[in-house]
Amino acid sequence: MWRDAMLVCGKDLRIELRTRVLLWQVVPFGILTLVLFALALGPSATALQRGAPGLLWLALLFASVLATTRSASIEAPEGTRASIRLLGLDAAGVFLGKAAALAVQLLAIAVVLELGLLVFFHVNAARLGIASPLELCALAALAAVGTLYGAVVAGTDVAGTLLPLLVLPALAPVLIAGEKGTAAVLAGGGPGRWAIVLLVMAVAYLAVGTLLYGALEEPS
Amino acid sequence: MTRRHLDRALGPIALVLVALTVWLGLWVTPPDETQGNFVRLLYLHPALAWVALYLAFGLAALSSALYLWPRTRSQRWDLLAASTVEVGVVFLTLTLATGMLWGRPVWGVWWTWDARLTSTALLELLFVGYLAMRRVPADPHVRARRCAVLALLAGLDVPIVHYSVQWWNGLHQTDSVLVGGFHFAIHGSMLWTLLLSFIAMTVVFVWMVRRRYEIAVTESALADAALEDAVLERRKEGVR
Repeated sequence: MWRDAMLVCGKDLRIELRTRVLLWQVVPFGILTLVLFALALGPSATALQRGAPGLLWLALLFASVLATTRSASIEAPEGTRASIRLLGLDAAGVFLGKAAALAVQLLAIAVVLELGLLVFFHVNAARLGIASPLELCALAALAAVGTLYGAVVAGTDVAGTLLPLLVLPALAPVLIAGEKGTAAVLAGGGPGRWAIVLLVMAVAYLAVGTLLYGALEEPS
Repeated sequence: MTRRHLDRALGPIALVLVALTVWLGLWVTPPDETQGNFVRLLYLHPALAWVALYLAFGLAALSSALYLWPRTRSQRWDLLAASTVEVGVVFLTLTLATGMLWGRPVWGVWWTWDARLTSTALLELLFVGYLAMRRVPADPHVRARRCAVLALLAGLDVPIVHYSVQWWNGLHQTDSVLVGGFHFAIHGSMLWTLLLSFIAMTVVFVWMVRRRYEIAVTESALADAALEDAVLERRKEGVR
């Protein structure tokens, strides 16, 4: 399973390195979201700093929907999923590999968005660094949920419109816990129980995904 | 009494039980000491929530799991899950609506971002997504697998909704009927009316699911027959 996961993860990341969809489409979209949020809140530094944790996670959530759509679309061309099945790869391995590749991509987006927070929202860089463990747990949960829901809508004609409707309510708990934890850290405290909540979510979604992904990949 | 007779009687029984609940709730029970007449909405709200959260979505999760399990896989489990989710979404919408109608005069707001309310609204959206997925044209088996996974994932929110009032302090009250095991916190006609509303809503749910399931089975049979007709038609035209 782990070997298959490494193979699939490497494959997805190599495709990303060659196509640069993340670099030219998803990351600029994330920055655009932050800029639009700042425009909506106005120039007040206090309002921007207060809204920064929630806006960071909201921007990450929206960007993760795009990254998930991209990740699922890799297998969209006719026959690709059947070819993967023919390779005899373990379904759980495929799920973990795709989730790992998505997590790496989301990490890259999160780093850029945090730089955006430093520049546009005037948050404390050192405090933001302390939130890293919390963010890693949240990104793992985002990647697991995204990969699973991406597989649910893969191959449908309405994947672009259906995925946000399905995945955003499922990701709302990550948004709440991420915002609360980041706000606590930026206010001078620690992530506390929110980091544990996110860790539990990440483990739960990875476990559920490992169990259910195979059902989605069965031949019809 | 045969199963067919019971089937026919289910609708009228549900109607009588609902009418009895309405009569007891509106005319027989006294107003509450603190909430006054607004308490009458609470004879409906918990019963609707019980049906939506535990009966409908519990049954949807169970039948979805039975569909995914290779040994028990049958299209009937998929159709049952679809029927229960559809009815469950109706009951959950009514739960939220009655909660809001009660919240406005008692809490002073239609809506508050309390953990119980928020997690319930998210649950509703998750199952609306399930219903949207069912309407996407696809091979019936592929759609059934996808929807089964969605129902199980959405079902993960049910324990969060249940325990939300204990995990987070919000406006929504914690257990207020059965407290400390089987000790009832309310008494007399108020208690009996509340218990009757649970039974009435359960019977209404069973009746609605049975009707919806029958329609789903018929729709599925019609789709299969239409496909067979189309194949026969093409064969008659000489297409092999």
